[in-house]
Amino acid sequence: MSDVKKIAVIAAGLSQPSSTRLLADRLTEATIIDLRERGIETEVTVIELRDLAHDVTNNLLTGFPSAKLDEAIAAVAGADGLIAVTPIFTTSYSGLFKSFIDVLDPQSLTDLPVLLGATGGTDRHSLAIDYAMRPLFSYLHAVAVPTGVYAASADWGSGSDRTSSTLPERISRAAGELAALAAVSQRSSRVTDPFALPEGFSPVGSFGAQ
Amino acid sequence: MQFGIFTVSDVTTDPTNGTTPTEGERIKAIVTIAKKAEEVGLDVFALGEHHNPPFFSSSPTTTLAYIAAQTEKLILSTSTTLITTNDPVKIAEDYAMLQHLSDGRADLMMGRGNTGPVYPWFGKDIREGIPLAIENYSLLHKLWREEFVNWEGKFRTPLQGFQSTPRPLDGVPPFVWHGSIRSPEIAEQAAFYGDGFFANNIFWPKEHYMRLVGYYRQRFEHYGHGTAAQAIVGLGGQAFMRSNSQAAKAEFRPYFDNAPVYGHGPSMEDFTDQTPLAVGSPQEVIDKYAGMREHFGDYQRQLFLMDHAGLPLKTVLEQLDILGEEVVPVLRKEFATNRPAEVPDAPTHASLVAQRDAALAASAADAPATV
Repeated sequence: MSDVKKIAVIAAGLSQPSSTRLLADRLTEATIIDLRERGIETEVTVIELRDLAHDVTNNLLTGFPSAKLDEAIAAVAGADGLIAVTPIFTTSYSGLFKSFIDVLDPQSLTDLPVLLGATGGTDRHSLAIDYAMRPLFSYLHAVAVPTGVYAASADWGSGSDRTSSTLPERISRAAGELAALAAVSQRSSRVTDPFALPEGFSPVGSFGAQ
Repeated sequence: MQFGIFTVSDVTTDPTNGTTPTEGERIKAIVTIAKKAEEVGLDVFALGEHHNPPFFSSSPTTTLAYIAAQTEKLILSTSTTLITTNDPVKIAEDYAMLQHLSDGRADLMMGRGNTGPVYPWFGKDIREGIPLAIENYSLLHKLWREEFVNWEGKFRTPLQGFQSTPRPLDGVPPFVWHGSIRSPEIAEQAAFYGDGFFANNIFWPKEHYMRLVGYYRQRFEHYGHGTAAQAIVGLGGQAFMRSNSQAAKAEFRPYFDNAPVYGHGPSMEDFTDQTPLAVGSPQEVIDKYAGMREHFGDYQRQLFLMDHAGLPLKTVLEQLDILGEEVVPVLRKEFATNRPAEVPDAPTHASLVAQRDAALAASAADAPATV
């Protein structure tokens, strides 16, 4: 019986179809292929945030997720690898993307290998992956792979030149980095106890209060 | 099984006409609401504690003592008493006072409070909410059970030879509930002491609270206070009723849509599907709440939130009529049916005195005869 790893994909594009989803699909496919070459099958859950936009807002207001949103949250928290792709709006990840991140338990992404992807109209925003997305996932103690993949509109129709690699080359390199980490992740088979008490917890207190 | 109401004491604009009661009007309205609760046959009235607008209830024991003076049978409780930012010494004194003045009709529910600035306003740090709740309650528990207390902890000045006064009525402290919406530490604390555990239950899906209550029951048994089925559980609830479902929905919708906690979010229909909120005919409310014990096990106290979100006093009093006359009598019958004999009622002052006396008699009988 072959090993199965769970990959969650967040696509935060607002139009349907979107170039954000297009990039997410290319990254997903490359990751699946890379893992298969390592003898590992994958189970992929794609989360189109547009479909969850109202649920995300309601969660921000009420403090709890709808059943549909809860499934998406569980898929991200219980993944062996995450592919997170957002459009870049006004110098940063989209508000919907951040709102989804905000409804996750901040502890739930610890140790999660993440491939960062972003799309935009021009390549002038490509560093947004490194100054906006990467710190976000660092704060959450996720493990973002070194290669982030930014796709500007022009990337979908340009070849290589002496100074940069093509989009397919970047996708392939980033997917390889994610696959290497996801291949050895045990996150999806880990069982967490929601009632685990902090180490050293005493119901009467610890400081002379006996 | 006890039934009652609990209030968060919000002063909220009525979204249907733009009028906002003054604090004075809301404070007097709360007294009227509590007296009405007794009149329609409810057992419990519980009042919140807040230290920021739009809430008026900064001083629950003052209000509850005033209500106690005007009622005969109503049990007066809190929802909640802030165990984190109050001095446990003052809680011991205030609630023992209330217990005496109300002839034992007082109990209280501990809560941490989740309003960030209140902690620093009282010289505390919200990040230490759990340690504060644990240590402060540990001291409170001791102050009510030991005459002269020597104590030293992390969060308040040490005590040497301190006696809190008045001593609890008949030497028996008020019963304590611990309220929590997400913390296993608080469920563990309630279980350790054999105290009650209250799940607010109203703003989130019941599945969340079912897991927390299940954990408390299991730990209650672990600590040797009885079986899991004998643990003391209270639940919050929320309802709006008219004789037919459509009228209830139409009247409550503007209050729902603009409510401070969940307004401008999910639809009322989604929220009633996802949470214990019931908006409809009395029978619909009965059906929803009669099912609660299937989810939580047989429990001891059911409190309803009836007066928030700017509902006018007149409407709240009509709601209490419906609750007391049409809903609770049926629920009492439903909950009594097939309730296992081992499941206790909620502790009252009388039952706690009887329990203490029985324990004393038993230990006297066991003691060797003296000449």
